[in-house]
Amino acid sequence: MLNPKTIDDTSIDQRVYTLNLGPQHPSTHGVMHLLVTLDGEVVLKVEPVIGYSHRGHEKMAENRTYEQFLPNPARMDYLSGMIFNHGYCMAVEKLCGIEVPRRAEYIRVITSELNRIASHFIGAMDYAMGLGAITPFLWGWDDREHILDLLEGITGSRLTYSYGRFGGVRNDITKEFYDGTRRFIDRLRGRFWDYENLINQNIIFIKRSKDVGVITKDVALDYGVTGPTLRGSGVNYDVRKMEPYSAYPEFNFDIPTREEGDCLARYQVRMAEMEQSLNIIEQALDHLPPGPIRAKVPRLVTPPKGDCYCAFESARGAVGFYIASDGSRIPYRIKVRAPSFSNLFVLTEICPGHFLADVIAIFGSIDVTVPEIDR
Amino acid sequence: MNITQLPYLKDIYAFLGSDVTAGIVGLLIIAAIVPLNVAFLVLVERKVAGHIQLRPGPMEVGPHGILQTLIDAVKLLGKEMVTPQSTDKLIFFLAPIIVVAPAFVGFVPIPFSPMMQIKDVNVGILLIFAFSSISVISILMAGWSSNNKYSLIGAVRSVAQNVAYEIPLLLATMSILIMTNTFKMGEIVQAQSSVWFIFYQPIAAIIFFIATTAETNRAPFDLVEAESELVSGFHTEYTGMRFSLFFLAEYTNMVIAAAMFTVLFLGGWHGPLFPGMIWFLIKTYFLIFVVMWARWTYPRIRFDQLMNFAWKVLIPFSLVNLLITAIVLKVL
Repeated sequence: MLNPKTIDDTSIDQRVYTLNLGPQHPSTHGVMHLLVTLDGEVVLKVEPVIGYSHRGHEKMAENRTYEQFLPNPARMDYLSGMIFNHGYCMAVEKLCGIEVPRRAEYIRVITSELNRIASHFIGAMDYAMGLGAITPFLWGWDDREHILDLLEGITGSRLTYSYGRFGGVRNDITKEFYDGTRRFIDRLRGRFWDYENLINQNIIFIKRSKDVGVITKDVALDYGVTGPTLRGSGVNYDVRKMEPYSAYPEFNFDIPTREEGDCLARYQVRMAEMEQSLNIIEQALDHLPPGPIRAKVPRLVTPPKGDCYCAFESARGAVGFYIASDGSRIPYRIKVRAPSFSNLFVLTEICPGHFLADVIAIFGSIDVTVPEIDR
Repeated sequence: MNITQLPYLKDIYAFLGSDVTAGIVGLLIIAAIVPLNVAFLVLVERKVAGHIQLRPGPMEVGPHGILQTLIDAVKLLGKEMVTPQSTDKLIFFLAPIIVVAPAFVGFVPIPFSPMMQIKDVNVGILLIFAFSSISVISILMAGWSSNNKYSLIGAVRSVAQNVAYEIPLLLATMSILIMTNTFKMGEIVQAQSSVWFIFYQPIAAIIFFIATTAETNRAPFDLVEAESELVSGFHTEYTGMRFSLFFLAEYTNMVIAAAMFTVLFLGGWHGPLFPGMIWFLIKTYFLIFVVMWARWTYPRIRFDQLMNFAWKVLIPFSLVNLLITAIVLKVL
């Protein structure tokens, strides 16, 4: 890391230029636009420009019933659609006071954790691709493909799921899903060794990641950073543990944290979380309770007048659904607290002084999804 | 009547045996072989990448996709060559032509076998180095004239990188040259008939290999066209056949670099059983495979790390290696 050149340097006007990284760029994860001010290759300033994929999900919610809004949350963060779907159902259930059967909660946890692994694969491997290593990305893609196949078997879709229903889930899990998930757990545990050898032991990878883009604990807390990015900075905060929801209190799992706060720490946290997710899935499959998968809920839910806030942990951090109801079948207002938004803007704080190549690395390591920021 | 007694046939033999004819025929052969070889290497690269990444690579055109690059070349030939409005038209036009020419000339002094050599130039090694330096100029021309910030950053990186890595490259070559006392590539190979120089000069060999990888802008030193940072670096604005000329030059330079390594360190055509030509090609393509293998395994290093590595590691080591070689030769 270099010190940014001071502005009183007389030749600065001739040396400084701005570069538009995006909205069309190979490593900006969709339509992200970073306005980078550079002196040679050294970054002086980074301004994220957002709004390219704003689709008005929150406004849409004000014009349709609770059930009709079900497909939307998965389209906010398309990489962890199952978790968003789960969270939205939880929020509405909290508002209406619906009790969810335990089997349904377990199935939700299994599918959410599978989705979290799939999302972390993209997060961690896309970071490696930002550093120029394309092979890990495709290896991760291969493993992720198994998860998509499994989830496709029970939900019918591969990316934007609307599997959850108020009071339960749409379908019960099948024998194929159960066996396939067991096989996948075994397979992935064997594959971590490969990733360890290909990436974690790779000297160039370590050199590119260590001490790059350090987010200190204070900066992370000031910017409201959550998720693996926060845990990479040494803050042990995870909604699944802090404000347990669904069936999470019944499982035994750790929250991996790293103290360093650099890109490597964030990468390691993601890889460690995948192993923890596997543990959760295994426990859930072991103790899967029998019973109904859906509570008796009217076809169209009509929550009482009032509001509720429901927080949950997506693959990118703490998400909050705030729902205000006026007692009708249509929500008065739904506000979503998106973790990527807070995580993204920490770039403005940590990027100056790094090289252009590091901006790509840091951007990859905080792992944002653009539609979630813009909604 | 003996056929050689015909007077005009003597003239024909003399003409065919002359340097000029050999040069022309040789260049024609190069002009035919180089693009085909590149088409083959692109396919190999895609297949190697595919199998490393747990996928089969191109499979559609021909059996196992072996005709894929030929089809791609036909497609590129048919594409419109776009010249963006704000470019410097003349330089933009010249750059892809200049990048290819030195790549072709580099084949002239390479001895594929005792007989298969276009010309054993007195300064063969220097000729290759001199011509390969021209490609830097054309990259700078391409980057500058494109009037695109990504292209310019890529071009500037390229110049810095090539200047830095040419020094250890030449120093490593020097330690071979003071052992053989010749610039002729044929004689360097003959000097290795018993022991390959890689066993005398392992450090020089490693330095040479790393430096040529950097010189040919291959991963992990492909900062010039780092696609995750600079879209595609200096040739971002190039389309169609102009783009493919840059591609052609990149792969041809890779072949020349591997061939030079074979000549300098791996004993050129020497080897048991097979004819010399086969051995030379086996060694060369094995080295190319190693370079591809590295590309699909390692991430890209950062620009400052690249420069530090050249100036703080490779150059001191190659200097010390040269010094030790000189002292040993003097003492013995």
